Amino acid sequence: MLNYLLRRLLYAIPILIGVNLITFALFFMVNTPDDMARIHLGAKQTTPEMIEAWKASHGYDKPLFWNTHATGVQALTDTLFYQESVKLFTFDFGLSDSGRDIVSDIKQRMWPSLALAVPTFVLGLWVNITLALAVVLFRYSAVDRAALVAAVLLMSVSGLFYIIGGQVLVSKVLHLTPISGYQPGADAWRFLILPVLIGVFSGIGSGLRWYRTLFLEEVNKDYVRTARAKGLSEWAVMRRHVFRNGLLPILTGVVVVIPTLFMGSLVMESFFGIPGLGSYTIEAIQGQDFAIVKAMVFLGAVLYILGLMLTDIAYAWADPRVRFK
Amino acid sequence: MLSVFLIGCQQPWNNPYPEEVTAQPIVLRAFSAPPKHLDPVVSYSSNEWSIISQIYEPPLQYAYLKQPYELVPLTLKQMPEVHYLDAEGRRVTAEKAVYSEYTLRLREDIYYQPHPAFMDEYRQLAPEVIATLNSPYALHSDASRSLRAEDYVYAIKRMGVRAYQSPVLDVLMQYIVGLKEYSKNISQIYENWKKTHPEGGFFDLRAYPLAGVQAVDDHTVVIRIKGRYPQFRYWLAMNFFAPIPWEVDAFYSQPGMKQRNLMLDQWPVGTGPYMLVENNPNLRMRLVPNPNFHEERYPCEASASVPQRLLEDCGKPLPLNAGILYSLEKEGVPYWNKFLQGYYDASGVSSDAFDQAVQLSSTGDIGLTPAMKEKGIRFLGGVQPTIIYFGFNMLDPVIGTLDARKRKLRQAISIAVNMENYISIFLNGRGVVAQGPIPPGVFGYQPPPAGMNPVVYQRQADQMVRKPLEAAKQLLREAGYPDGIDPATGKPLKLYFEAVGSGPDDKARMDWLRKQFAQLGIDLVIRATDYNRFQEKMRQGKGQIFMWGWNADYPDPENFLFLLYGGNAVTPTGGSGVNYANYQNPEFDRLFEKMQRMPDGEARLRVIEKMIRIVQQDAPWIFGFYPKGLALYHRWYHNAWPNMMANNTAKYLRVDAQARMAAQQAWNPPAYWALWLLLMSAVGLGVFAVSLYRQRQRRRVVRC
Repeated sequence: MLNYLLRRLLYAIPILIGVNLITFALFFMVNTPDDMARIHLGAKQTTPEMIEAWKASHGYDKPLFWNTHATGVQALTDTLFYQESVKLFTFDFGLSDSGRDIVSDIKQRMWPSLALAVPTFVLGLWVNITLALAVVLFRYSAVDRAALVAAVLLMSVSGLFYIIGGQVLVSKVLHLTPISGYQPGADAWRFLILPVLIGVFSGIGSGLRWYRTLFLEEVNKDYVRTARAKGLSEWAVMRRHVFRNGLLPILTGVVVVIPTLFMGSLVMESFFGIPGLGSYTIEAIQGQDFAIVKAMVFLGAVLYILGLMLTDIAYAWADPRVRFK
Repeated sequence: MLSVFLIGCQQPWNNPYPEEVTAQPIVLRAFSAPPKHLDPVVSYSSNEWSIISQIYEPPLQYAYLKQPYELVPLTLKQMPEVHYLDAEGRRVTAEKAVYSEYTLRLREDIYYQPHPAFMDEYRQLAPEVIATLNSPYALHSDASRSLRAEDYVYAIKRMGVRAYQSPVLDVLMQYIVGLKEYSKNISQIYENWKKTHPEGGFFDLRAYPLAGVQAVDDHTVVIRIKGRYPQFRYWLAMNFFAPIPWEVDAFYSQPGMKQRNLMLDQWPVGTGPYMLVENNPNLRMRLVPNPNFHEERYPCEASASVPQRLLEDCGKPLPLNAGILYSLEKEGVPYWNKFLQGYYDASGVSSDAFDQAVQLSSTGDIGLTPAMKEKGIRFLGGVQPTIIYFGFNMLDPVIGTLDARKRKLRQAISIAVNMENYISIFLNGRGVVAQGPIPPGVFGYQPPPAGMNPVVYQRQADQMVRKPLEAAKQLLREAGYPDGIDPATGKPLKLYFEAVGSGPDDKARMDWLRKQFAQLGIDLVIRATDYNRFQEKMRQGKGQIFMWGWNADYPDPENFLFLLYGGNAVTPTGGSGVNYANYQNPEFDRLFEKMQRMPDGEARLRVIEKMIRIVQQDAPWIFGFYPKGLALYHRWYHNAWPNMMANNTAKYLRVDAQARMAAQQAWNPPAYWALWLLLMSAVGLGVFAVSLYRQRQRRRVVRC
């Protein structure tokens, strides 16, 4: 297994180079360094001297992929792509184009993101699986049909409606939680309870349907019939047999997202004023801050690869028949 | 549960602040975008200035309650003395001036806020100490020192270093004697210094003199300007001219500080009424009163148009509040609702909330809805020193040039595009139709009828009315496009509008614009693009018609008329000009150069009138509108006044914290019943599910 994981880690290198290459190409296809300079300088009158000085101080005066003025290997290394990529692979993200330290910003913003994403994820998973098991318990009955209709209805409503509706109902009408804002430390729960509940509630529709489908596949298998024949109660059958054997497909979708949880949620964090990482990349794209964009895309790719590896490990843990070669 | 109980006892559950904040007379404000730069030499955005203007003090400020705008000393004992000099440095009359010399005499009772930078030992910190810092105030220090003339000199020198990226360096190079040469030299020296100091460190500018800016003694600064430039006094009220002590620069230049986000660009140090003690641009910025703030008192004089209640605090020492808390609020819905709950002291009015907050009378006057009045909410409105216009590219062969036929085409379009209609539909009436480039409140503005644009409007029974569409059609015929038909193709004349946005609101605007042109039979094609490409087109003179705006930097007509000065035409200047219409009229340019050097007075007014008449006839712009600002504020928020040029106004605001807390309690009682209902529903659902399950289990047993 160690060999397998090592191999996966080595595979990650060309993937990360590829991701980085695409990020560079896409970003500079839309924005030129001159455009970036104008945005960042924010001056009403921008002179060519100002633009050149900005580019030089941020390293954007170098060619993107190939330096025609250099010879030998320098033609490749004395470029923006090479210089920045090497730093990325050592996790030296440097300063953003507006001058802030990116690692410091990530460290500061990841905690509020995690404070929101982890309870939403864990609670959502628990609620969805419990409800799905309950619905499968009453499968093909009126309860099952009603739950399906409710799930489709919940899925049909826009996520923004839940957010704004929840804010209006819970905070504005009932005055139970702050509409938005955040306080670090023990007081954070007052600001997180509403977005977490909304996050869980808005995910019930799709979650219920997905897990119901998984459990329904299991519920008619022979081992379940055997369990029933042993005289186990239906709930015990669900909990001990159907749930455990349904774990494998659940792990596929769940474990892979765990490392990416800290990247946050753009919409949730924006509406609830939570100072997380959710909007970091989007704001950087809007503000043409390439230093942040490339760092966050790289980090996202690393986390995704890590998530896939964790999924593999979880597979082996959940099903001893799975072995890596 | 205990904490829930305690919170419930003391403050509303939905209060987003700790109780110690709401109990104090702290101004509660929001910001919608994180500020990027707080370095006064670099910062140029309104959201950044709204913060740093409370911390830094340039030599002058705008009198808070005076209209028209008036400059008064801030850190000076008196207004700057201006002397005119010849080439040899002898004093001469204004007409013969080769140089102007501004002498700034500083007050001697001004001290900086407490900051560790003023302690020698903290300017030589060990790397392991720096590595633990999250804020400069983690180094506890009450150290300070008095404001000195050299601090202003140091700030202007910093502007000269190209790598520091001051957005106004190239403008000020044209005026401050020696700045251009200084900038070239010092920028090169700095680049060489960086190569020998890759780890960073303090680049001490004190060793490099700047010819045109001198500290004569500890409290006198002399700035020498090329020729006559009366507008320079307005620059002295901007943050670019705020003092920077070398100690602060040295403190933040220590290796390792940048990696902790500890830099002048994030942690300002000033002499103003407040100091920034919490800086999380993604959450909140907290300003507390500067304990070393010099004596400054609330004004006792106001213009006649200012309500008398604004003079109730006359003579009281500033600041009148216990600080400012800025919270990041990216979305309009929570911002507006929190304002209504009493958690923000003031708010603007978005389009979504307009109907809920504001009602227009039959005469078009703005008033509050009964719901707002019931809460004791008040409003302030005023025309902003801003113009939004539609520009024609004068380099374009179809719509541009000073040719009489092209001019008539532009005039016809100016009549057809109904700005009253635009303001009513898209701005809820919050705008004034522009008759020329200069907005109200700026010297040279003439209200109608005297300032009426005779190309677009006419007098009818003492009323100013837009000319009928028939007049536009007649002009169009004279321009060679009868009924909008282009004789070259036999089809409707096709014109192109360069648009940036592509959202639903933008689509509605574009549809409206197309209809305005269609009234003349002209086919307007919308060319939507992103902002980068739009700017590129403007710079290269490839656009045809476009929409643009300008906010005043200072309340002088030069700051608006230079948008039409030929020397500023964007394409010939390679993109550095601000005359995006590329308008070049020799007579206008001659008058502009004359007006630029004149002091305010009757003679200057006559020149400005002539210039405005020229551009009204040439019609390089459709003179869109001057937007009206509208702000709502609560009854406990006192001394709010829309001085559109002043940014350092937080110190005048007084908050009645007791009234605010009482209102918050009354408006936000928690609905306990809802929690009970939720609990009962959960229990009921559980009982129902269990009973159903048991029933099902039993039924299965019977079947078997």
